[in-house]
Amino acid sequence: MKNNRYIVIVGCGRLGSILANQLSREGNLVVVIDMDDATFNNLSPDFSGFRLQGDATRMPVLKEAKVHKANVFIATTHEDNVNLMAAQVARKIFKVPHVLARVFDPKREEVYAQLGIETICPTSVAADMFFRAVTNRATSHNGECK
Amino acid sequence: MKVLIIGGGKTLFFLSRNFTAKGYEVVIINRNHEECTRLARQLSASVVCGDGSDAVILKEAGAMGADAVLAITPNDQDNLVVCQLASLKFGVPRTVALANDPENAEVFEKMGVSAFTTTNIIGSLIEQHASLEQITNLLPVAQGRVNVTEIVLDVHSPVSGKLIKDIKLPENSLIAVMLRDNQPIVPRGANVLLPGDRIVLITLPENHGQVIKAFTGEYK
Repeated sequence: MKNNRYIVIVGCGRLGSILANQLSREGNLVVVIDMDDATFNNLSPDFSGFRLQGDATRMPVLKEAKVHKANVFIATTHEDNVNLMAAQVARKIFKVPHVLARVFDPKREEVYAQLGIETICPTSVAADMFFRAVTNRATSHNGECK
Repeated sequence: MKVLIIGGGKTLFFLSRNFTAKGYEVVIINRNHEECTRLARQLSASVVCGDGSDAVILKEAGAMGADAVLAITPNDQDNLVVCQLASLKFGVPRTVALANDPENAEVFEKMGVSAFTTTNIIGSLIEQHASLEQITNLLPVAQGRVNVTEIVLDVHSPVSGKLIKDIKLPENSLIAVMLRDNQPIVPRGANVLLPGDRIVLITLPENHGQVIKAFTGEYK
């Protein structure tokens, strides 16, 4: 994977800041957008990208972030609808080739898969992992009984 | 007709009251418990308390059989997602979203969601009321291929005192409506134009100047 991509990340909370720090460290040019500039404290001291305070559902903010130049756009705020709107705008208007959105509500995720937005649902992912952990434990336990 | 309205505040209240008075079946979705109780008491509409961008709540509100969904919350992202879920998941034939940020109206249209913005509508209404100008461009229709213009006739107007059928207007132009003492009249040939009348004209860009000249005597 090339590490000189232009990556825009919306939301600088726990998830957004981890991604921003990691992707910046790997040599990508990263722009982080958040409404609350206090969240930029989550970025590590060696983060070499840009910080942009603003509402990512507004066109002027996305234009300022030069989203039209982005190779990757990741929406990670805690609000599903903000992520879905920003992701669609990035895909449909700014034609960003790779767009990802975090969506907590699995029912909402289905609809946006139809619209060509790649979504990651932490709820489904966690449920799946829990389920597997529980099932594995049950099988190994059964195994022990034999 | 069954209409789902998502949002709150006075706009929602009066809109719902208008729609129920017209005999529409109105279902309101609102997040705030107290407001829901108040709305249910004051309106003859059904009220569902919850997040309108949650498919379970939309289903509970009867989105499946709704004729239209109107999303008028103060958050553009919620209005967009409500409309998209309603049309894609529940097959609602007509969805309309309020774009609080006027720039988002265009964005919504590009996402395939019908949108309106009150900023521009209110702005032009205020301009009309506050304007000292005799002529106001009300709105461009069909991407600017048709103009709707309002003119106030003064005593010097060449058409003052004339019957409409005697006024020579260029092809493809029309006096759509006249307002006299705030009473709207859809004019016919036998109506007389008087100073002080407000006239709403339909013109095309190519004949606009000539039409305005016919009413004001000046070419603008």
